[in-house]
Amino acid sequence: MSFVSIRDLRVAFDGVQVLHGIDLDIGKGETVGLVGESGCGKSVTWLAALGLLPGKAQISGSVTIEGQELIGARPAEVEAVRGARIAMIFQDPSSSLNPVHRVGRQIGESLRLHRGLRGAAARNEAVRLLDMVGIPSAATRIDLYPHEFSGGQCQRIMIAMALAGQPDLLIADEPTTALDATIQAQILDLLSSIRRETGMAMVLISHDLGAVSAVCDRAAVMYAGRIVEANDIARLFTGPKHPYTRGLFDAIPEMDAGRARLRPIEGTVPDPKHLPPGCAFAPRCPRASGFCQSHLPELKPQVRGGFVACFHPEATRAAARERQAAVA
Amino acid sequence: MFPFILAKIARAALTIVLVMTFAFVVLRMSGDPAQVLLGPDAPQDAVDAFRERWGLNDPIWQQYLAYLEQILTFDFGVSMRDQSPALDLVLERIPATLAITIPALILKIGIGIPAGVYAALHRESVADRGVIMLSIFGFTIPSFVLGLVLVLIFAVTLGWLPSGGQDTWQHAILPIATLSIGGIGILARFSRSAMIEVLGQPYIRTAMAKGLPWRDVVWKHALPNAVIPIITLIGFMVGALIAGAVVVESIFSWPGVGRLIVVSVANRDLAVVQCLLLVIAASMVVANLCVDFAYGLLDPRLRQKRAAH
Repeated sequence: MSFVSIRDLRVAFDGVQVLHGIDLDIGKGETVGLVGESGCGKSVTWLAALGLLPGKAQISGSVTIEGQELIGARPAEVEAVRGARIAMIFQDPSSSLNPVHRVGRQIGESLRLHRGLRGAAARNEAVRLLDMVGIPSAATRIDLYPHEFSGGQCQRIMIAMALAGQPDLLIADEPTTALDATIQAQILDLLSSIRRETGMAMVLISHDLGAVSAVCDRAAVMYAGRIVEANDIARLFTGPKHPYTRGLFDAIPEMDAGRARLRPIEGTVPDPKHLPPGCAFAPRCPRASGFCQSHLPELKPQVRGGFVACFHPEATRAAARERQAAVA
Repeated sequence: MFPFILAKIARAALTIVLVMTFAFVVLRMSGDPAQVLLGPDAPQDAVDAFRERWGLNDPIWQQYLAYLEQILTFDFGVSMRDQSPALDLVLERIPATLAITIPALILKIGIGIPAGVYAALHRESVADRGVIMLSIFGFTIPSFVLGLVLVLIFAVTLGWLPSGGQDTWQHAILPIATLSIGGIGILARFSRSAMIEVLGQPYIRTAMAKGLPWRDVVWKHALPNAVIPIITLIGFMVGALIAGAVVVESIFSWPGVGRLIVVSVANRDLAVVQCLLLVIAASMVVANLCVDFAYGLLDPRLRQKRAAH
């Protein structure tokens, strides 16, 4: 049985549906990528699962952790899961740390809460964690405030704080988006090495396919509040089936592609208030037919593995390349 | 840090000097104390003698220099009306004023902030709407209207409380209520918006994601941040402890600093008005200084900026 299991998770804000039934399983120790454009619902999925959305959000469906239901559970039950079993780090590390408390105190809070450590024991453990995430001279810098660290270091501190509860699953919500490119690579390296050392599972939420492929075992691609394709990372890369996934790959600049133009996905993400009646991607899709405009494709298992929600999936990537070359 | 304090103190001193100068010039340009104090029918030689006696015939810059010289020797002059030292007149009124402004300040803080925070934590609830409505009501009603309405209800109609004077503690109730209601409204509204702002910050989500109970998220993570802007407002209120009750003291014939201001200005009692303005300016400036230092204690980001100053 999978460790965390999401079934038909739906979220609406003020009557506007933003999540249309997400099914996702995370096994113990597994690393899963969740990919998509801003606003597609990848963060909302996990914020909803952990009860971190504002009160006006209407949530239905089921999220279970080893069989324990989280949606609709009492606050105390969800609090016991947060930080201890599922920890989460966020996009903007500098503003995700409380500006008026020393970083040591903020890490210490998790240690006290989840491991009962206080005083010198908590302090030593906090120093060890800061050391582990690569904060130089942690023993002295533990008494500094968040604004005295760079963005990358703040994200390291966030990671240390998440690790303090020894979680079984870490949700990394665009952990590198706000950081410089070189720092991004460092943070991703740190996340994968920590994952190897601790054996915890990880969900990497990102719009950066490169980051996901470097860290994850498998990935799910989301579009307009639905998962449109899921597969293990190698298959997803070599043969994207959904035209949207395909488009995401085509929009990545290639180092060896010379000065050729990038192929962007035309159009914009539809407004969640006015979704098209059929496939949400149909208006932007080069392969869409009339049928796609009026019918909603379901996420279906594929013969050769993976799941796709599309009536006209792509052939393998190689075949598609050839076809394109022929047209050109 | 040290240069920062010096700069602040220098600025405070400059503010006081400017207020002093401004008060001096305006008072002398805007009316003749001899005419006011002696009355319109006074004989010309009495007026001349009075002007001579108080140096009002000298050029204004000479009067000003003489005044500065006095101030530097801590001599604040004497009242033109009864010849008693101006500073004594002012100081003896301060306790009466503080007797109503300090309890009012305590009520403002003690009711305003909790009400605002509660409203922010229960946004869009009935309680929240109630707090918003009452606070708008509180700070939009001018104190002279509110004071009169309270007198009408509690003194005239119900007869529970005296309408004016300073004889018993019951006499202080209506002035304190009138003084505090506006401030409660302002602080409630301000605390509510400060708290709502803070609750939307990413670090609050982090604190929740950590598994902290909601109570700890509010007390340990939200409030310490929300307090920082609220302190500014409280600073203004502290600065107004001495001078903030002019209208209310007049309504309730409360013999405090505010009454003295009104009477002295009406009489053009120059030394007393100048001394009053000096004391008031000094109290506001000191309150502002305290707020500046409180900021440093509450916000580590500012502390560091100042150290680098």
